[in-house]
Amino acid sequence: MDKHNPSKDLFVPVDRAGEDSEKISRPSLSFWQDSFIRLRKNVGAMIGLFVLLFIGFMAIFGPYMNEYDEFGQDLSRAKMPPKVEGLGWLGMDGTLTSVQTAATVEEAQEKALMRFNNQEEFITTTVLTEGGNGQEAEVEAVYDVYGAKNLEENFWFGTDGLGRDLWTRTWMGTRISLYIALLAAAIDMVIGVAYGGISAYYGGRVDNIMQRIIEVLVGIPNLVVVILMILILEPGILSITIALTITGWISMARIIRGQVLKLKNQEFVLASKTLGAQDNRVLRKHLVPNVLGLIIINTMFTIPSAIFFEAFLSFIGLGLPTPIASLGTLIDDGFMSLQIYPHILLFPAIIISLVMIAFNILADGLRDAFDPKMRE
Amino acid sequence: MTRYIIQRLVYMIITMFLIATFTFFLMKLLPGTPLSAADKLSEEQRQVVLEKYGLDEPVPVQYFNYMVNLTQGDLGISFQFDNREVTTIIMERIGPSMTLGIQAMVIGTILGMLLGLVSAIYHNGFLDYGSTFIAVIGKSIPSFVFAGMLQYFVGVKLGWFPVALWEGWEYTVLPTVALAIFPIAIAARFMRTEMLEVMGSDYITTAKAKGVNKFGVVFKHGLRNALIPLITVLGPLAIGLMTGTLVIENIFAVPGIGEQFVKAINTNDFPIIMGTTLLIAFLFIFIILVIDLLYGVIDPRIRLAEGE
Repeated sequence: MDKHNPSKDLFVPVDRAGEDSEKISRPSLSFWQDSFIRLRKNVGAMIGLFVLLFIGFMAIFGPYMNEYDEFGQDLSRAKMPPKVEGLGWLGMDGTLTSVQTAATVEEAQEKALMRFNNQEEFITTTVLTEGGNGQEAEVEAVYDVYGAKNLEENFWFGTDGLGRDLWTRTWMGTRISLYIALLAAAIDMVIGVAYGGISAYYGGRVDNIMQRIIEVLVGIPNLVVVILMILILEPGILSITIALTITGWISMARIIRGQVLKLKNQEFVLASKTLGAQDNRVLRKHLVPNVLGLIIINTMFTIPSAIFFEAFLSFIGLGLPTPIASLGTLIDDGFMSLQIYPHILLFPAIIISLVMIAFNILADGLRDAFDPKMRE
Repeated sequence: MTRYIIQRLVYMIITMFLIATFTFFLMKLLPGTPLSAADKLSEEQRQVVLEKYGLDEPVPVQYFNYMVNLTQGDLGISFQFDNREVTTIIMERIGPSMTLGIQAMVIGTILGMLLGLVSAIYHNGFLDYGSTFIAVIGKSIPSFVFAGMLQYFVGVKLGWFPVALWEGWEYTVLPTVALAIFPIAIAARFMRTEMLEVMGSDYITTAKAKGVNKFGVVFKHGLRNALIPLITVLGPLAIGLMTGTLVIENIFAVPGIGEQFVKAINTNDFPIIMGTTLLIAFLFIFIILVIDLLYGVIDPRIRLAEGE
């Protein structure tokens, strides 16, 4: 047999099954789809998201759910405890409770009645300890405020010291606080991204000068800047927002600069430039999409800190001027009568805590979703 | 290293100078003088009062005087309390603030580290989730909300500790706890991440392989290496605490700097506002400087990088 002419039967058809291993079996996902799938698997982050959506919904529509308005004062119904039909077991039954101690049961009962203006028919007293043998008697008195004041309607969150409905005020306050925080975060984002992006992309002398400016600004504590700005600008929604943004954008600018510096020397940017892309196109199509995840994460962390600072300013007497409600001013008010009427502090405190926790958990979840490498 | 320290000190002085100048002119822009409430004074009496506060001079001269006095530690006279020097007022009140701050910082960091350590050792276990939960809560809930809860439940309902004022050790408990929750949360989170990273490294495997017991691996090989980066969070922690004390002192009626500061804001006592602002700014910058230097001392790699 001629060895240069192999016979036909030496050839065997290739087994085609092996080629399947090269096939892409799953649909290809974009970065955003992939991130969203990861985020959806994160239970904590999803709960955070729904809590925020709920609070956001209430902040928009909550104030219109009853007939009271934000500023309507009526001293005859001041400091009413919260009452919701069917939620009595949660303590929202429109009663005030007080425990009085005295030498004898009778004295303690008398003290309890005195405490609630002697409205005997609306007070039920229970004896906790009989006393005697050197022990003091303890009497618990429950006072039905709504009955005593002959009020038909219910205040779901109660009323404050001036008789304003706390349900309406709390949701209006949530709205104002969220508004300030979102606005401040948005302004921080725009300034920070522009500043950091320009500084890193153009580099050289531009970068040098812009970085020296940031170094000086970073040295000034933002607490001091915020306080001084508010002192001059007079407290108000706009001035608080401005004060928060004056130094707030710096961290965003630094993060963006670092990321853009890293990205701008990578091959895909070089390729794009070689193919004739203008600066504008490189920025829009290649750099911004690559830093978008970072921008979102950083903004999500800015929002809760802005909410905190707004409330903080209310506390040191630099908050919004009086009739306006924000979570900060409401909490500040609540502290004045904490011992006797804790409900005034309770609801805004719960909401501010929920908002802060939800934002923090969601931001953590987003960070894990966008950058699985950074996962702990 | 010496050059680096000098450079940082120069930066610090420039920043302080800028802040002092900035504060001075901002205060000049504000409405109100010590005379605002006193319309009935005669012209001579006005003159006497203005002279006492140095307000009769033109603004540049006032600025010059202020700066000269500042370098000598003289912050002027309070508008509110007659003839009391701002420096004296601040010195009287720095004690309680420092006590609270240091107690919260020490207790908070130690507890936080322990929590983080437990988290990392029992990674993905029940204890891990528990302490991560505490850390998220502690980081998110504002200190003043936490202070309110403590005051109401521990102070009023249980009556374990006094709700307010400053008359002895037991009075420091509630404000310290309210302040400490933030460092606990931050330290726990940070410690957990660092510890997990360290425990995954080769030298830990080596230590385990040569038969070091679990205690030795965690504390001798793991903890010591995880501690170094913790120093970087001490700065932000201290700053967070200073922000916290401004509020907490008011809630618990602690006679500290923060309480005085809020009083001064509400009474337009500019010399005190300026003095406290400068003090806060100085502490901020000083803490950051100390921590940067400390980091260099502890981690030789950083010192080498600076030298290049």
